[in-house]
Amino acid sequence: MNAQVKAPGPPLWLLLELTYRCPLHCAFCYNPTDFARTGPELGTEDWLRVLREARELGAVQLGLSGGEPLARDDLELIVAEAHRLGFYINLITSGVGLNETRIAALKAGGLDHIQLSFQDSSKQMNDFLSSTRTFELKSKVAALIKKYDYPMVLNVVLHRLNIDHVEEILDMADRLGAEYVELANTQYYGWAWHNRDRLMPSREQVERAEAATKRFRERSGRPMRIYFVVPDYFERRPKPCMNGLGSIFLTVTPDGTALPCHAARMLPGLEFPNVRDSSVRHAWFDSSGFNHFRGDDWMKEPCRSCPEKTRDFGGCRCQAFLMTGDAANADPVCDLSPHHHLVTEAVAAAERPHRSSPSEEKPLVFRSPANSATLFP
Amino acid sequence: MNTGPIKAAGPIGGDAIPAIDRRFRLQWEAAQNAHVLLYPEGMIKLNASAGEILKRCDGKATLAEITASLEQAFATSGLAADVFAFIAMAAEKKWVTLPS
Repeated sequence: MNAQVKAPGPPLWLLLELTYRCPLHCAFCYNPTDFARTGPELGTEDWLRVLREARELGAVQLGLSGGEPLARDDLELIVAEAHRLGFYINLITSGVGLNETRIAALKAGGLDHIQLSFQDSSKQMNDFLSSTRTFELKSKVAALIKKYDYPMVLNVVLHRLNIDHVEEILDMADRLGAEYVELANTQYYGWAWHNRDRLMPSREQVERAEAATKRFRERSGRPMRIYFVVPDYFERRPKPCMNGLGSIFLTVTPDGTALPCHAARMLPGLEFPNVRDSSVRHAWFDSSGFNHFRGDDWMKEPCRSCPEKTRDFGGCRCQAFLMTGDAANADPVCDLSPHHHLVTEAVAAAERPHRSSPSEEKPLVFRSPANSATLFP
Repeated sequence: MNTGPIKAAGPIGGDAIPAIDRRFRLQWEAAQNAHVLLYPEGMIKLNASAGEILKRCDGKATLAEITASLEQAFATSGLAADVFAFIAMAAEKKWVTLPS
């Protein structure tokens, strides 16, 4: 049966990217590389209206992200309104700017959970990867999160330069008292796509990291849940990205653009309404940006006749577009895709000697307004 | 705060007082016509009977009282075995705690 004929359900997951401002400059950030030329951020009233409208449609999980959401001084207001409306509120933060005054206010406002990012278990690598000196500060923030009795999710994005430290990262998470750890292998969008060749681990590194995670699970006494997000380039089937575009996920970018996933603005030929002049209801139910990839009418072969299309929805539209130039193609991660060689070639390129001299490689480009402006003059 | 191992190894008694674990939030969602358990970046949609049982787990009522309340609300009897089995499963999944 074609899912297209079914009316879409509610946007259960709402992600607000409140700002592109960020004190960190991570080279693996999924934010668009052209962020410096996006329009002004939404004001407080607009964000509060988006919350009300999305909640009316049935949104219940709320992510507050960015950039660094703490860069907005109205974050406490946004949290308090979201709590009043009945959202479960997740703050996704680098920790920079989270002092005791703010965490107390966020707690009082009803914030439910804090996800804190680390770049590595070592001060040196953490600070290099984020192009900041933030390791000590993040450790202090982790202690604050515990003091205010939040469930703590520690998120570490894994890639070639830190994946060999997985066991140390898990020990660090254990010491800090995390309830959950996300070992999130880099997904190649935005800045990460730009830096892909420098960030892609070798297959051996990935296997070692999985083995290290298994070892830790066996020896650890504390109940800490570990999510090891497998890097999809090393798989033979694509991830069921967003559970299908327009199925449960709605994100709003700092300038108010409504998108069916974090990266979808790159998809050509689609209307992505701006919530300044469009209701959330219109964006979700009526815009081509949300409707186009619902169901399977858009699919080409080999997806169209594939029995697995109801499970993975053909994978990621953005990845298909980035790698093949056509968003309706199968995600090249799938080994049934005629473009799968693009993925295996990228993985093969990562098999080069682990420590080739830096001069042989393209330099990492860190996420910053200046680099964004250089890439998109 | 470490709650330690949950004391659910033996059969659960009618005097046990279940409460929703602090890592979860139970709430009614009209858009889904269901109770849901919310947790960091996730949600469990509950069926009707699970929702009816969990909404009574307020950390004050005993399991015997919860069972009686359900039997009264649904004009039936003999629910104890099902309710106890569900609570044992919910404790196993850490949705509820059973302080001794």
